[in-house]
Amino acid sequence: MLYAPTPLHIPDGFLNLIVSLICWAITIVTLGFAISKTNKALGEKQIPLMGVMAAFIFAAQMINFPVAGGTSGHMLGGALAAIVLGPWAGMLVMTAVIAVQALLFQDGGLLVMGANILNMGLVTAAIGYGLYRSVIGQSKGVKLGMIGFAAWLSVMAGALLTSLQLWLSGTSQLEIVIPAMMGVHALIGIGEALITVFAVGFIMQTRPDLLGEGSESAKASRNWVYVGGIVALLVVLISPFASGDPDGLERVAIDMGFIGTGLDAPYEIIPDYTVPFLGETALSTIVAGVIGAIVVGAIIVLVGRGMKAKS
Amino acid sequence: MHFDAFDRYHEKESILHRLDPRVKVVVTVLFIVSNALLPDGAWLAFALAWMFVLASNLLSKLGLGYTFKRSIIALPFALIAITVLFSIPGNPLTTFRLFVWDFTITDAGLLRFVSILIRAWLSVQMAILLVAVTRFPDLVHALEHLRVPAILTTIIAFLYRYLFVLTDEVFRLLRARQARSAAAPGSRSGGGVVWRAKVAGNMAGQLFLRSYERSDRIYNAMVARGYVGHLYTLNPHEMKSGDYYATAFAIAAIFLMQVLGRL
Amino acid sequence: MPVTHLNSSFAPPECDGEVLSVNDLQFAYPDGHVALKGISFTLCQGDKVALVGPNGAGKSTLMLHLNGILNGHGMIDVAGKRLTRDNLPAIRAMVGLVFQNPDDQLFSPTVFEDVAFGPLHMGLSEPEVRARVDSALEAVRMSAYRDRLSHHLSVGEKKRIAIATVLSMNPSLLVLDEPSAGLDPRARRTLIHLLRDLPITMLVSTHDMKLVEELFPRTIVMDEGQIVADGPTCDILEDEALLSAHGLEKP
Repeated sequence: MLYAPTPLHIPDGFLNLIVSLICWAITIVTLGFAISKTNKALGEKQIPLMGVMAAFIFAAQMINFPVAGGTSGHMLGGALAAIVLGPWAGMLVMTAVIAVQALLFQDGGLLVMGANILNMGLVTAAIGYGLYRSVIGQSKGVKLGMIGFAAWLSVMAGALLTSLQLWLSGTSQLEIVIPAMMGVHALIGIGEALITVFAVGFIMQTRPDLLGEGSESAKASRNWVYVGGIVALLVVLISPFASGDPDGLERVAIDMGFIGTGLDAPYEIIPDYTVPFLGETALSTIVAGVIGAIVVGAIIVLVGRGMKAKS
Repeated sequence: MHFDAFDRYHEKESILHRLDPRVKVVVTVLFIVSNALLPDGAWLAFALAWMFVLASNLLSKLGLGYTFKRSIIALPFALIAITVLFSIPGNPLTTFRLFVWDFTITDAGLLRFVSILIRAWLSVQMAILLVAVTRFPDLVHALEHLRVPAILTTIIAFLYRYLFVLTDEVFRLLRARQARSAAAPGSRSGGGVVWRAKVAGNMAGQLFLRSYERSDRIYNAMVARGYVGHLYTLNPHEMKSGDYYATAFAIAAIFLMQVLGRL
Repeated sequence: MPVTHLNSSFAPPECDGEVLSVNDLQFAYPDGHVALKGISFTLCQGDKVALVGPNGAGKSTLMLHLNGILNGHGMIDVAGKRLTRDNLPAIRAMVGLVFQNPDDQLFSPTVFEDVAFGPLHMGLSEPEVRARVDSALEAVRMSAYRDRLSHHLSVGEKKRIAIATVLSMNPSLLVLDEPSAGLDPRARRTLIHLLRDLPITMLVSTHDMKLVEELFPRTIVMDEGQIVADGPTCDILEDEALLSAHGLEKP
């Protein structure tokens, strides 16, 4: 009851050393950028602001709402943090939250913390902020619609990355882990989306000044739209590809040198292996869900464009 | 409500409690890295690693089974790895039917599955012990002196301080919601899922505004005491000879695990 | 209760008797709300003065000015030093401002770190910082709490540590916002003894009229951004017309 661990917090032991270290490297480089950017942007107020905001995200993760059958919806907060604080500060805040969850509660491991930060803090913030910036200046409804979509997709992205890392570590079968993780998180993501939308809606209504829409230069803003868009697109493209054609992704991984280069976790591919359960129907549901999500996202943007053009 | 439930530190007089927090952080991380490096089925090395965990428990005076009892936290995640039981080729051990599907567990699959679980289980125990014998502020200092950027350690320190204050606020909000969630006789309480999500989302929004305003007041309190954008701290820790011996001993033990694991 | 500390480090410096002088202070918030409309008063060495008035009278705004957190028009001198942008750090060391909510004041994980924050940011040496922390904690009779975690403290303990966090800066003037709010009777009593025994000039904003009567020889009444009365507490508490005109009650 105190707080809800999600299937995205990987414990130690489930990722191998190479995958863990690669994730750490990506995370450290990104955080290095984040630190230098926030130093410039926020000034001396940043320390107490980001510190209390980290506690806010931590506490907000405990706010749940009953869904059905004893399950409840709640929020990870990566997209929300990036939307209200900006992407870099949002990333640092999420990093602190994930670090405390791992250190204090062992919710997520230490060696794999780089991966957990990457999945739940960095990618979620990039998607959340990038997609949000893409509809800046549009009507409130379009903005909230896009925020909901971004929040949902950010969770899906985290789930996809987690699945890929588990697979690269030889812990899970790609054909199983991707549909399973993406299926579960397609639902979890709806809770994330609803809370994020209503939270931002509440802030828009009471303190719109805090959302600081004009605070960033047009160029930086455009870059974020690209980053968010590209990451979102990757999620949408990789998941069906990985689910439908795992061997293809396997080949990519081999070509890129992830697999078969003397990893400590020898992973053998069984070419003619077929998934005994979660068969084609589950897969197609996921794929259909992802395609549906693209359509929804595209409609939101197009409707927004149209409305803007009219006014 | 008092949130001591969040504090995992257990006050005791022991060698481990007295060790420099930097030593404890480094040894814990090395131990976890070592587990990740051990090959599947390195039973001797796993056994030695377990002895290491047990010995640490004993040294902490928290009791031999202290971390064992709390280590189930990582177990639910094992579901993710369960597919390796059936997916790695090897000699079939047993086959069982579930609904219409046949599952065959192979020896190689079982070996890998058990190895993953042991690695996770050993690693989480050391992480549990680390926070049980180290006060969290000391842990944060250790991170700072191990070159984690000050801005991150500062955010973590603030997070730890205000975790208790803000979760208190969340529970007040949740209780207020509960108190008003009355249901007329014969009808279900509350509206649909979206309506409930809206209540939760508005709570989060409210909490955000309160937190934002609080950060303003904290900033004022810091400025009033001379803060101008840079934080100064004292290093409360000093490495003693015992700390060096402990580090050397732990590294030797971890090295031995690696050697045993590769025999 | 006997005065146990009277540590020489807490004797305020000589300043010709005048510790604080505020002259025609005016301030309007960015949203246009005028919070202070020409405030003038002086505090002398050793004065313990209550600042009373209804919510929104401008008490907190005034207090934030004494430490240079807000900058209005008018002059503020602390111990003979004019408050300007250049000597802001020095002024902040002389004026110990304690905020109403101790959870805002105590922002560090441990008591020691919080009490050390002021001296550290004044640029003092490590031994000096440690000595300051020890004597400040002794002054609020909380020496045993040095290594405690802040979130483990009761409200009353937090309030006392909050006072220690500014005492460690050796201020000439202590400015407290609502020190007795939210305290149970015993914690309130402990705080009253503490404030009575601290040999330091004090300006205390409060709604607690019993506290005013018991502790402060002089009272300033504020309403709508102005000082409407300033005099001996016993006279002000007798003036029922004045009290009721500004939403105050005789204890």
